[in-house]
Formats: sequence, structure tokens, C-alpha cells
Amino acid sequence: MAIKSLDIRHFTGFQPLTLLCLFLLYAPLIIVMIYSFNDSNSITRWDTVSLRWYYDLFYGVDAPKFKAAAINSVSIAIMAAISATIIATMAATAMLRAGRFRGKSVSFALINLPLMVPEIVTAVATLIFFSAIGFTTGYLTILIAHIVFCIPFAYLPIAARMQGIEEVYEQAAQDLYATRFQAFRLILLPLMAPGIMSGFLLAFIISLDDFIITNFVKGAGVETLPTVIFGAVKQGIKPNIMAISTLLLVVSVGFVALSYFVGRIGEKANPTTTKKGE
Amino acid sequence: MSKDNEIAVDIQNVTKMFGGFTALKGVSLDIRDNEFFTLLGPSGCGKTTLLRLIAGFEEISNGAILLYGQNIADLLPNNRPVNTVFQQYALFPHMNVTDNVMFGLLRLGQEKSKAINRVNEVLELVRLSDFADRMPSQLSGGQQQRVALARALAPSPKVLLLDEPLSALDLKLRQAVRLELQQIQVQTGITFIFVTHDQEEALTMSNRIAVLEGGRVQQVGSAREIYEAPENKFVADFIGETNLIDVNVSNLEAGKGSCILPGGEKITCSAARGARSGPGHLSVRPERIKISASSKSLLKGTAVRHIYLGTDLHIEVKLNTGGNVTVRMQNSTQIQIPDVGQSVGLDFDPSSARLLVD
Amino acid sequence: MANLPKTTTKGSARTYDGFGIPLIIPTWIIIGFFLVIPVAMMLVYSFLTKEFRGGVIWEFSIGAYDQFFFYRGLFGDSPPTIEWTYIGIFWRSIWQAGLATFFCLLIGFPTAWFIATRTGRNKTIWLFLITIPYWVNLLIRTISMKFLIRDNGPLNEFFLSIGIISEPLHIINTNFAVQLGLFYSYLPFMVLPIYAAVERYNFALSEAAADLYASRTVTLTKVILPTVKPGIIAGCILVFVPSLGAFLAPDLLGGAKNFMIGSLIEEQFKGAAGNWPFGAAASMILLSLVLIVLTFYARSQTKDQI
Repeated sequence: MAIKSLDIRHFTGFQPLTLLCLFLLYAPLIIVMIYSFNDSNSITRWDTVSLRWYYDLFYGVDAPKFKAAAINSVSIAIMAAISATIIATMAATAMLRAGRFRGKSVSFALINLPLMVPEIVTAVATLIFFSAIGFTTGYLTILIAHIVFCIPFAYLPIAARMQGIEEVYEQAAQDLYATRFQAFRLILLPLMAPGIMSGFLLAFIISLDDFIITNFVKGAGVETLPTVIFGAVKQGIKPNIMAISTLLLVVSVGFVALSYFVGRIGEKANPTTTKKGE
Repeated sequence: MSKDNEIAVDIQNVTKMFGGFTALKGVSLDIRDNEFFTLLGPSGCGKTTLLRLIAGFEEISNGAILLYGQNIADLLPNNRPVNTVFQQYALFPHMNVTDNVMFGLLRLGQEKSKAINRVNEVLELVRLSDFADRMPSQLSGGQQQRVALARALAPSPKVLLLDEPLSALDLKLRQAVRLELQQIQVQTGITFIFVTHDQEEALTMSNRIAVLEGGRVQQVGSAREIYEAPENKFVADFIGETNLIDVNVSNLEAGKGSCILPGGEKITCSAARGARSGPGHLSVRPERIKISASSKSLLKGTAVRHIYLGTDLHIEVKLNTGGNVTVRMQNSTQIQIPDVGQSVGLDFDPSSARLLVD
Repeated sequence: MANLPKTTTKGSARTYDGFGIPLIIPTWIIIGFFLVIPVAMMLVYSFLTKEFRGGVIWEFSIGAYDQFFFYRGLFGDSPPTIEWTYIGIFWRSIWQAGLATFFCLLIGFPTAWFIATRTGRNKTIWLFLITIPYWVNLLIRTISMKFLIRDNGPLNEFFLSIGIISEPLHIINTNFAVQLGLFYSYLPFMVLPIYAAVERYNFALSEAAADLYASRTVTLTKVILPTVKPGIIAGCILVFVPSLGAFLAPDLLGGAKNFMIGSLIEEQFKGAAGNWPFGAAASMILLSLVLIVLTFYARSQTKDQI
């Protein structure tokens, strides 16, 4: 029985501090969510609960603006996530299953590079690049920039999952007359599916949430959800901002949770280690 | 027993290096058609490496491997008519038993309906017909092993490679499966190349055994040949148990030689091919030594320990001239067991002993 | 005897041997072409001349760097003196980032410790709770913080209503607000590495120390802290580097008077007032700072391996 005063695990004050920490993290978000249901015109005076501002998002004055931005955000996110997932899957196969090749360590640095460079530097560099080659900024430039920084995020769950799958399954497949491509398609890919899905979802939400890089390379005519929200905030926080923030908040959390659980379910359904012995 | 003398797998002076480490050093073996051939040796001796070279998962550094006369060095694993039963079974976790077993057949281009017939045939052979729809995670270790076997047999390969397939099973199951494997080999007529570190397995199942150690073949022969006539100290010691008595070898001629026992007696017995005159060992199996009542026994010593093994009794005897010898007696009430500390004489038939050098 | 003369000494074969390069080429193209080259272009741009309405004239000049470091009078012909404005902004950003790191450490360390010393499922639940807010869009998080601490925001309303203060606290647009914003943005980055390090720590060791009459503080400082140090350092780096280049927190919470590097750079690329080479130069300086910090970190890691 550990004497409480000597028990290194318990420092008085740590628990309250943790609770304070959690409170600090959640309070602003919860308040925003609460106020998004506020019927009042002013965001400070509390009136009654209503969905008025959500309604306003979809049918009010700003609705077309938000709608266009949402369409851009979602379509870019889907395409960027798909591209990043495909590229990351190929990269993971190369790094984990293809032995040594020239430039392998540089490749690893490259995959992680977008995570190391500060976002604002990436934003500036990308803008300068497109300007230098005369490429008009707009939808396409946003998409390309998103693919770049989505790759490492897709790569992480994919590589983690691939690492957990022993190579012996692909060898067994080849032993049974499968070509290497068939082994990849019929054995490795299905076993990796949870990781690939996880990576896709993560890349999707990273793209959806991006502000700084998008803001720099979007040019004048195109808006995404984060940029349109930012623009609106600059003019003063209106209640419909609370509503769209809440929506985006719920979507973000939902997607990341989904990404995590897909990975877990996949692991349970297709365990990559077979039991041995009785 | 091999029906014809056709060579199924001809391993010619194969060397395999992994970076600076040499796993196989000039290994040459002839494995005959329809044979149950075992590669036996301790961990790290190179037996699994050799298997992987035959299967095609590693490249030969030097030498050649011929399959029914055809050099297979340039063939990828999926182009070799050789199938493997992996040590960890490696059943595809996302497919059920039928799909697992059918995998090779489909890759070879067989029609699904014909393939399913063959699958049922093979599942019956391994007695798993009722489990056709199960997933691998729902099977016990023994059942998984049989599915792995069925999967490898389904495409009717010319040669079947088995990489320590029984090592994860408990003793009773292992003994039962050994028998089954033998029967299947005889029934199908496929050449089996079996890898194990368990010498009892090797002795009971094989037509011929190759003992490997340190990347080299130490000896090749039938179970009886290897046990009765080991060619060197390693084989004598690795297979079963033996007593190695330091002696001086002389009069080598035509597979026989002489030596003087520690007690002074001179005997003539069989000699290993590599034996040379000079310092060497006399190998005598514990079960060949009898406790003798007479005073003119070949060796004399004192009993120092009893080891009770149920069916047998091992008596450790310290020789008067130094060194220990183990004697194996059947645990039967009729035999007089010498007490610890009692002087004993040991006798054996010289023809059951063997002179070795290294 | 068919004896092949070749002798190879490869390591163990991998499944897709030989396919490494084709598979990695898309990554090389996308990241090499759209990140590495752009950064190189940025370096080039920092040595060009600025064009009036944004963009550049392709004429070499170190004007951008010169403008950053030196003041040459109103008409540009006085002898150069150190220009403190921009250096000041950088210095203030370093200071802010450092403070934010400090506060994150102050609150993050006990939090991480607490969570890591919970048992079984509780541990996972606490961990989840700490990380979920991070899953929310950074912009939304910053906006919600802004909403909370505004002069007539809920926080002030609350304090007013319970009578602690008689006038609203002016928190927004202060250094403190920026600090709060950075803390809010990057706290999990401090908690998680420390959590990982503490979790791996074998508490039996400290029980042994207690057995030898060490007090709790001594055990903490002399036994545990050295083991947990790598996690602390990782957490600090993960908070400091993003804070240095942060844009949203200073912009939304700090207002015009609390310019940080991020805002300075952003301003250079907005419309007519922009100075692209200058922005590029400032970005290069920021990038160099970050690389220096990361190099120190990498070297301290390898030193610790001894």
C-alpha cells in the first residue's frame, strides 16, 4: 500500500489543474455552440433557443456565398484526399516493401517536409511559385497546394497499417502463383483497407480545415469555407458565423472520430496476426 | 522409398550470403522424386534459408538449383511449380478456408467450378470438409495448419516445401499430424522437403535426412544410417544421445579402425569416413552399454547419479580414468540397478561403437 | 554442372524489389515540384526588386534584406542605422512563442503527468478528452476564443454579472490575448509528447527511490525528470515552432498593435501595399530560424543516445 505522501503518482493540485485545462479547452467551443442557438440578433444578449441562424445560413442573405464556399471546400477536399491517398499508398509501398533504392532516405525527408515547414512559409512559397510560372491563382492552385500537405497526413495511418502486415502473406500469395501485382491487389490492398480509409478521412479533414495556405493561393474569385468565415469575422462576428462554426466543428470532430474508428474496426475484422497453437 | 531414381531437386554447390554473413556454404544435395526428405539442424544452421532459395524468396549468391533438370534461378516464386507450407501458416486473414485453398488454382487460370471441386477434394484429404466456410481466425492452430497444407496441395505441385509446420502444436497433436503427413505424402506421391529442428520428427517421418550445421551439410542418409553411422561428432551428438570417449585412433582400413579404451582394452570397430589416425572420439550410444557383473568389463567406473525418465533410467557413471558415461536402462523391475557410489563395470559390443574425429 | 558465375551479397529480398523508384516518383513530383522548388523560388524572390502593385521585377537586389535590417532615412540616402522595427517584430514573436511555450509547459506538464498516471480505461478517456478540441478547425477555435474574450463577450458578461468587476476587462487586442490564443492552439502538442514519455516511465524505479528515503521532490527532479526530458523537449519544439510562424492568433486576437511575423509576412502579399521580395526575405528568415531550432533539436536527440 503506497503511502499517499510518498506516492509519486499523486501530486495534489495536478488533478484540479488538469480539470482547469480541460475547461479552458472546451469552454470557448461550447459557448459558441450554445450561442449558435441563440434567437437574439445580438450575439451577446441571450434570448431563446432557436435554429434561426442555421436557417439563415441556408436561406439568408449570405447563403449563396456560404454555399459556393462549401461546395469548393468539399470538392477540393475530396479530390485532394483521393490524390494524396493514392500517392501516399504508393509511397508507403515503396518505403516499406521495396527494399533499398537510390534516394530512399531523401524520400522519407520529402514525405515529411510539409510538416516541417511553417504553414505561412509554405503559403508564401506556393504563391510565389505560381506567380513566377504565370499560373493564375484559383481553384486549381488551391487543389494542388492541398494535395502537397495532405500527403504526409494520409501517409501516417497507411504506413502504420502496412508496417503491421507481415510480408509473409504476399510471399504466400506469390508462392501460390500470384504475380506481384496480383499479390498487391488481392492481398496487401484488402488488408490495408482500414489504414487507407483512415488516411483518406484524415487528409479530407485536413484539407477542409486549411486556412492559411488556401488564403494565400486562392486569388480573388474563389472562396472556401474557412476563408469565407475569416472574411466574415473581419467584418464583425455575426450570429450566423456561430452557426457555421458549430457545423464545421461538428463535421471536423466527426470525421476524425470516424477515421479513428474505421482504423480500429478494420483491425478487429481482419487481424493481421494469426493465432498459433491451441 | 523412392520409386524411381529421378532427381526432383538438384542443389549444386549453393552458397548464400546476406551482406557479410554467409548462411549457406557450398551445399550440394540430390532430392529424389517422391521422397520425404528432411532438412534437420539447430536454429541458424541454414535449413530455412535453403528452403526459401528453392521456393524463390531469396536469390542464390553462387551455385545452382535445378528442378527436374531445369535451372530455376531466374524464375520468380510464382513461376516455380513448388508450393510452401509456412511456419506461421500465413493463411489470408480476409478470406475464408475455401477461398484460401482455392487461391492458387484461380491464379493458375482454373475455372471456378472446377477449382471448387478440387478444393473439396483436398479438404477431405486433410479432414477439414466441415470447415470450408470458416475464417482463419475461427480456427484452432491445428486446423489452420491443415488448411495451410490443403492450400499448398491444391495446385498439385511437383515439390512441397514445409517449413517447421508442426512447431506450434502440442506434443500429442504433433504426433498425430506426423502420421497424417506421411500418409498424405505416400498417397499423393509429391516430393516433400521438410524442415525441422526436432530430430525425433526427422527420424520418424523421413525417407532420407540431411543434417545441416553452420551452413554446411554434415551428413545425408536414411534415419538408420544417420543414427547408427554418424560421420562426425556433431551428427553423433545432435541425433539422439551419445557418449564421446577421447581415444587415440589407429589402424584405419576399409571403414574400420582400432583404439585403446581408457581401461586399457583394445577394440576394433567401425570408423567414420573422415576419421584419421591420432586423437579422436569413440561414440557409443547409451542404450548399447550394459552394466556388467564380470570383472573383465571394457570400462570401469562408479555410478554417480540416477535420472528417472519414466520409461527409462539413465545412470551416470564416472569412469575410473576420468570422464562421464551415460548408460540407458529400461525401467523394468528385473534389472539390478546399481546404487549411487557403487563400482560398476560397463560392457558394449564394439560393432555398435564408432570412431569419429571432429 | 551448371555453375552460375554470379555472386551477389544482397540483404534479404523484399516483395516489391526494384519497384521502389516507380512507386515513389509521384511523391517526388508533387512535393519536389510544388514545395521544394517553390521554397527555392522564394529564396530567389527575396533577392529581386519589388514591383509596385505586388509581384516582382526580375532585377537582382538585396533591397529586401537591406530594408529588413537597416534604416536609411526618409529618402533612402542617409547612412544606415539598424532598423529595429522588423527585428523588433521578429524578436517579439520569438518572445511570444517562448512565453506560449512556457505556459503550455506549466499547465501541460501536470496535465500530461496526471493523465499518464491514471489507470486502464480512464487513461484513454482522459486522453480522448484532451485531444478532441484539437480536432476542431484552428480557425474556429481562434474565433471562439475571440468571441469569448471580447469586451462585450460572454466572459466579461459573466464577470460583470457576478460583480467581480465593474467595467469590462479589455482582454482582446492585447499581448495576453495572443498568448491565450497560442496556448489554446497548441496545448495538445505539449501534452501528448510528455504523456508518451511519462507513460513509458517505469514507476517501480521511483518507488525504489522512495524506499531509499528520497522525498517526493527529490525523486521528481533527480530520477524522473531526466527520463522524461526528451518528451518535454519534443513538446516545447512542437509548440514553439508553430507559434513562431502563427498567423491566426495574432491577427484575430492581437489586432494591429500586436504584429507578429505571420501578420508581417501576410501583409506583404495583400494587394497594392505589398512588397513581395520583402515578404520573401522575411519568410526566409523565419524558415532559417525554424531550421536552426530543428537542427538543435535533432542534435540534442542524437547526443542523448549515447
